[in-house]
Amino acid sequence: MANEKSIYMDHSATTATDPEVLNAMLPWFSQRYGNPSSLYKLARESKKAIDDARLKVAKAIGANPEEIFFTSGGTESDNWALIGTSFGLQKKGKHIITSCIEHHAIQHTCDYLKKLGFSITILPVDESGRVRPDDLKSVITDETILVSIMFANNEIGTIQPIKEIGKICRDRGILFHTDAVQAIGNVPIDVKDMDIDMLSLSAHKFYGPKGVGALYIRKGIRIDNYIHGGGQERRKRAGTENVPGIVGLGVAIEKAIKGLSENSARISSIRDHLLDRILSDIPNTRLNGHRTERLPGNINVSFEFIEGESLLLLLDHAGISASTGSACSSGSLEPSHVLLAIGLPAEVAHGSLRLTLGHENTEEDNEYVFKEIKKAVERLRAMSPLYSDYQKKRL
Amino acid sequence: MYSEKVMDHFMNPRNQGEITDADGVGEVGNPTCGDIMRIFITVKNNIITDVKFQTFGCGAAVASSSMATELIKGKTLEEAWEVSNKAVAEALEGLPPIKMHCSVLAEDGIHQAINDYRIKHGLEPWEEKPGHHHGHDEETCEA
Repeated sequence: MANEKSIYMDHSATTATDPEVLNAMLPWFSQRYGNPSSLYKLARESKKAIDDARLKVAKAIGANPEEIFFTSGGTESDNWALIGTSFGLQKKGKHIITSCIEHHAIQHTCDYLKKLGFSITILPVDESGRVRPDDLKSVITDETILVSIMFANNEIGTIQPIKEIGKICRDRGILFHTDAVQAIGNVPIDVKDMDIDMLSLSAHKFYGPKGVGALYIRKGIRIDNYIHGGGQERRKRAGTENVPGIVGLGVAIEKAIKGLSENSARISSIRDHLLDRILSDIPNTRLNGHRTERLPGNINVSFEFIEGESLLLLLDHAGISASTGSACSSGSLEPSHVLLAIGLPAEVAHGSLRLTLGHENTEEDNEYVFKEIKKAVERLRAMSPLYSDYQKKRL
Repeated sequence: MYSEKVMDHFMNPRNQGEITDADGVGEVGNPTCGDIMRIFITVKNNIITDVKFQTFGCGAAVASSSMATELIKGKTLEEAWEVSNKAVAEALEGLPPIKMHCSVLAEDGIHQAINDYRIKHGLEPWEEKPGHHHGHDEETCEA
């Protein structure tokens, strides 16, 4: 029988919608359902709800409301930012710079642009997963139109030197986009201070609903439309607005920013205790990513001699929801590109475990989670031929 | 994603361990691809009287190893050689398509263990049937 205990430590995958957010959304389904583009009172209410949410999102990142455009989520925002500016600026140049640890929403969009004739430079990262600003400087050419570097990585939690990158781009007059899907609500962000021209965000990563996000586009930037149709979002993003989702996004981001310093301090303290325990009490374990420049809830460790999917299955059996960079869990056969990019041998990348802590997690969870991880690792090592060889070598 | 049978063999693996004085050992897969299977057999009068496995790999790899050992225990070498990857997958009540290569690894592991035994006893190794696919393409980890 599966354990009745249930501990969710996969907040980078998604979060539970906050009850307060859900309550704010509910009236916008069946009572206040007016199409914001219509003229009557019911519609004007919807329009106003969207404007309120837009103001909240703008405030959260230091932007102006007219610089916020609602989308269906992080993936659409990333696609729009890259494709829209590439098409808009292709007369100026066709060179785009990105990093080797981006989310697939960026990577695969760059692959697509490459097929269309754009040239893409992919920056390496150091062993903690950080882009070196000097590397960026050295690859910028007169043809460069866009730099896209994620704010914080979804797998290893490493936070990039965004302000430095922003300044380099601004000084050279090159557009800078950042995928901040993992960072919003975890790290303070100010688009003006950090010289960010475009920023992608997604509500379900910070206790908002799935299927809604936004793209911040700094005023004056030339960007083509990506979704074509009606005149919504000041003619920049067509399609009837997801009013309940947008309302939810607004409430969620406002709450996330309000509680940011308190929540990130609490969560990173719990995270540190669990991480220290794992690293000190389970031998042949390594931390992946940066020790301090890291998202508050993120743990990513590799256990030598074992494979991550088996580990997830055992943890799932114990009621713990986690994630891995092993190929065997993802439907592809290659291990995580991020773990390979920070220099992990493939077999160590296969043995990775990602725990991403969030609001529901407590110190009390740690003891149980630690014990179950230790038990599972020992059990898998006991059946591993790699561990058996390692033990024999030690004798 | 996995059948109950796969989960049962993953949670309660049969014949897990090592035979230190095994008559034949087969090892297949590679760590880069995320799976290695080692199969140990004891052979008496042409019959596999004992079998154990060690596996580094996903749930399907562990379950395939466990099931493979059950299917060949007590069989003659000729019978064990005929246990196909399909037989392993069917006995597990199916594997997801992307995990079928785990059952291929199990078949390869059995074959290697049997041939290791044959070579040690001065016998010609048996040849794989035409059209047999190995568990991995060395270069790409593809099944």
